Amino acid sequence: MRGTEARHEAQVAFSNVGMSFGRREVFRSLSCGFPAGKLSVILGGSGSGKSTMLRLMGGLVRPSSGTIRVADTDVTTLSESRLFEVRQKLGMMFQGGALLDALTVFDNLALPLRERADMSEAEIADLVHARLEAVGLADVDDLLPGQLSGGMVKRVAVARATMMQPAILLCDEPFSGLDPISAARIERLLLGINRDHGITVILVSHSVASTLRMADHVLILLPDGPIEGSPTTLASATDPRVRAFLGGEVDETLIGGGEDPVPSGLLS
Amino acid sequence: MIRLVREIGAATVRFVEELGQLGVFAGAIVRSTVSPPVRVRLFVAELFKLGVLSLIIVCVCGLAVGMVLSLQGYNTLVRFGAEESLGAVVGLSLVRELGPVLTALLTTGRAGSATAAEIGTMVATEQLDGLRMMSVDPIDLVVTPKALAMIVVMPLLSALFIVSGLAGGYLVGVEMMGVDSGNYVSSLRASIDFYDDVAGSLLKALVFGMLTGLIATHRGYTCTPNSAGVSAATTSTVVVGSVSILISDYFITALWGV
Amino acid sequence: MRDLVVGLFVLAGMGAVAYLSFNVGGLSYGGPGGLTLYASFDQTGGLKTRAPVVISGVKVGQVVEVTLGDDYRARVAIDVDQGLELPIDTSASITTAGILGDRYIALQLGGEEEILREGEDISFTESAVILERLIGQLVHGTDVGSGGGPDAAATDPENSNADSGT
Repeated sequence: MRGTEARHEAQVAFSNVGMSFGRREVFRSLSCGFPAGKLSVILGGSGSGKSTMLRLMGGLVRPSSGTIRVADTDVTTLSESRLFEVRQKLGMMFQGGALLDALTVFDNLALPLRERADMSEAEIADLVHARLEAVGLADVDDLLPGQLSGGMVKRVAVARATMMQPAILLCDEPFSGLDPISAARIERLLLGINRDHGITVILVSHSVASTLRMADHVLILLPDGPIEGSPTTLASATDPRVRAFLGGEVDETLIGGGEDPVPSGLLS
Repeated sequence: MIRLVREIGAATVRFVEELGQLGVFAGAIVRSTVSPPVRVRLFVAELFKLGVLSLIIVCVCGLAVGMVLSLQGYNTLVRFGAEESLGAVVGLSLVRELGPVLTALLTTGRAGSATAAEIGTMVATEQLDGLRMMSVDPIDLVVTPKALAMIVVMPLLSALFIVSGLAGGYLVGVEMMGVDSGNYVSSLRASIDFYDDVAGSLLKALVFGMLTGLIATHRGYTCTPNSAGVSAATTSTVVVGSVSILISDYFITALWGV
Repeated sequence: MRDLVVGLFVLAGMGAVAYLSFNVGGLSYGGPGGLTLYASFDQTGGLKTRAPVVISGVKVGQVVEVTLGDDYRARVAIDVDQGLELPIDTSASITTAGILGDRYIALQLGGEEEILREGEDISFTESAVILERLIGQLVHGTDVGSGGGPDAAATDPENSNADSGT
């Protein structure tokens, strides 16, 4: 897979990004970077704009100010058709899976290949089954997303996000709503994608424990700005807010709170 | 007073903005229609959802409306001894107005709201964002087949409504009220002309199909991504759709004399 | 299965459109190549284009145009089946379906050998009977017989001497 060739220091970089929904300001001037080939985790309280960061990287929403570079392309000003080229390098796993619920699992996975790749149906079937096997699923071809369990939906979503061999995999809350066994399975899956294939993984999470286990690079979104670092430096940090966050003693006054800016997956 | 003027101004700006968005949206649909790929399978699936599933309600309503028209028409005409014109009364009302308009209102309520809810739910569950992230244009894949199917389905449903209505009118007028069958049919045929009436009726149905398809898909597509947003999109599809059908009906009638 | 149902639906819809167009709307009639004839009337009584032209109650054509002629009489162009052999002394009368119904033109065939050609005039015509005028005549007691009453006018042009044969 690709990704290994492009080892820039920061494959995704935010500089002075401002973003607000209506009157609610999410970021004023956010600058940070996500290193290539590494597994980065974005932590933060609800409403701190974690999911929004992923959506900004994919060009699904545009910032009010600042620039976002994804694989050396500024995605903030691109037209929708030019964004399609950048997104070929991106795979995104949404919190609720975002599988098309009118299509079977097989058709969901085959869709990006049928739409964007020049492959025969037999090649597509082979690739789909290989990906399903990689996430530990078999005999789910003809099931509809509604017939799957939450953990299975997440795994299918990971499989779909890696279908087009992305250089960067974005995951929105991959562990939310899962039992510990399913969560551990997803965790291994994402680690494998990062370690074995060199794909840059950026994930948004609430789970501090798994973050400290997996991450090469951590970004904590706090109300007065982000704090970046490796899990070890953050674990030994003296900043009370970081300690509160990592210790799980979540104090809303320290880490901010509020509603999720984009109420996603409400109906899933 | 100044506040009132400002309110009116703001409402006008909103209206024009919305109209502009709708125009851009319609342009995107047209562009994805004329550019490959042609999505036959999705289109057929939509014909099924929008057309076949609306068939029964349209035919039953057509039959009922035809029967009522015939009964009312007979009771009025018989006073003037003109009951042999019953076919003309039933036929003209159905072909020119009631067929296309009632079909469009029924279809907006049944298929339009379902379309808006379906697309809205896809927005709320990030399915459309998922498509975008896979470099697939959701307008091309999701919106266009639905909007086109609505345009195709509307004239067909309207014609079926009218034929059901004519059958219902015949049933009541001839079988129940005893109007001469030959009189009924000949006054029907003599009064309805293809160019004046039938073509105009089809034109109306076509325009209503475009309006309903466009409004339903646009409302769903721009819906606020949560369950309240989906329900609002569904409601406003029916309200805005019905009102624009009735308004455009007036203008088509006035301009083309249908 | 779904394709079959959709196919049936589309066919049924097209069938309904075709039925309305051809059977009810009479689309098949009035194509080019018909026989065009002219007739002048003093009073059309609101005769409209596309009003039917009938012989013995059978529709054979329709009114194409109603204009004001050079002699300030209504000049009506009718389009009838090409195969019709109408004698030159055929007469045309504007009559009404029922009392309040639509106007149409009824043709009564004459007995001459010679037949009307494309673009020729029907010389014997009978104008529309205006109901209000008849009632007026009745009320004022003037020459009720000349109009022949609505029934006579609608069915029997021979009896009415209003203004035929100009």
